[in-house]
Amino acid sequence: MLPSRFEYHRPDSLEEALHLLAEHGDEAKVLAGGQSLIPVMKLRLAAPAHLVDIGRLGLDTIAEADGNLAIGALARHRDLERSDLLDARYPVMAAAAPLISDPIVRNLGTIGGSLCHADPAGDWGSVMLALQGSVVLRSERGERELPISEFFQDTFTTALEPDEILTEVRVPQPAGPSGGTYLKLERKVGDFATVATAIHLSLTDGTIERAGIGLTAVGSKNLQAADAEASLAGAEPTEAAFAEAGRLAAEASSPVTDVRGSADYKRHVVDVYVRRGLDRALEMARAA
Amino acid sequence: MEITVKVNGADRSADVEPRMLLAHLIREEFGLTGTHVGCDTTSCGACTVLLDGRPIKSCTMFGVQADGREVTTVEGLLQDGQLHPIQAAFKQEHGLQCGFCTPGMMLTGSALLAENPSPSEDEVRWAISGNICRCTGYMNIVKAIQAAGHDMAAGPAETADATVAS
Repeated sequence: MLPSRFEYHRPDSLEEALHLLAEHGDEAKVLAGGQSLIPVMKLRLAAPAHLVDIGRLGLDTIAEADGNLAIGALARHRDLERSDLLDARYPVMAAAAPLISDPIVRNLGTIGGSLCHADPAGDWGSVMLALQGSVVLRSERGERELPISEFFQDTFTTALEPDEILTEVRVPQPAGPSGGTYLKLERKVGDFATVATAIHLSLTDGTIERAGIGLTAVGSKNLQAADAEASLAGAEPTEAAFAEAGRLAAEASSPVTDVRGSADYKRHVVDVYVRRGLDRALEMARAA
Repeated sequence: MEITVKVNGADRSADVEPRMLLAHLIREEFGLTGTHVGCDTTSCGACTVLLDGRPIKSCTMFGVQADGREVTTVEGLLQDGQLHPIQAAFKQEHGLQCGFCTPGMMLTGSALLAENPSPSEDEVRWAISGNICRCTGYMNIVKAIQAAGHDMAAGPAETADATVAS
């Protein structure tokens, strides 16, 4: 299908973009890479009267500053995929980037757009939960920073106000020895995840300082496996501990039976992928 | 909205609704029908064109977003009546059957070769994983892209031989 009619705006600056959103409120949607929004508009599941194209406003730097990794909202998946910095210091992100959709979509899709779309099958959301990331939201009224767990409210629903633009994503810099990965089961490249897990592990004196576990496509939004994480905090990184974490993560997920598999199957994959991800993360952390 | 897009090196202008997809702008306004609309769900890649040198799915972009930018379609591969090495290679290696996916495959392949002139089979398969082919089983597509890379590295003389020898 074709999208319904809309008025198209291409502001030359972030200030102009924010002004347009202040003016048009919830009749407007922000267009970044368009790789989620345009398909939704073609299905007419969304029919905004105004589109504010921010695709040429830059906002795509990837750099460490003030104890954080700061990523511009318009950083394309392909840029994150090719980032040496992510490869070296943010392995969960480095593992996830190449698994998002397909290489052509990754040329346009952005991390900010992905997070604002808030698809429970979105990959960056689980990564941000595992890494305790946060988002910076700007409007004409000012700027605020929200932890990602507060940003995601429900399926395709975030805390973003109609006059706000997500401008930056922040991830805390790694403190001590740590590792992580992203494991994704999909029927084919480009399909949504059947199940995916984002795993982060940091060690202190050989015991687990913190474990971050984000789950994709097994709930109404990206899930944080909080009980599994709690079971690992301060614990010895043993096979038994990882098995328990896998079990708790599977329990915390609420997948639906659909063409990609039964709920039982998906829950089982969560268990397996959490354990496997923790093993890999531990290996990396010990080698660090 | 009035827009101007540089298509295959030439400025093309049109007055279109913002909701017109780039794929339709290319096909209907500019008359370049080598870009195909396949799945309409951003899955198949038959609509792939190069935007400022990068493969993108033209069914998932509005034409107005390409205003002031450069688009290369399959028609732009032909230079001065000469087949682009990738076109010659697809012919030589029988990298197509029905041809529906072929424009997308060749453009994605040419973009890969610009970045990685000598890709392994795995690297080619990874790069074309956003382009679906229903006919060939991909083997000859991979061979064609690798052969094109080899021909482009070898230089113009060898490329001419390849097209003559079919």
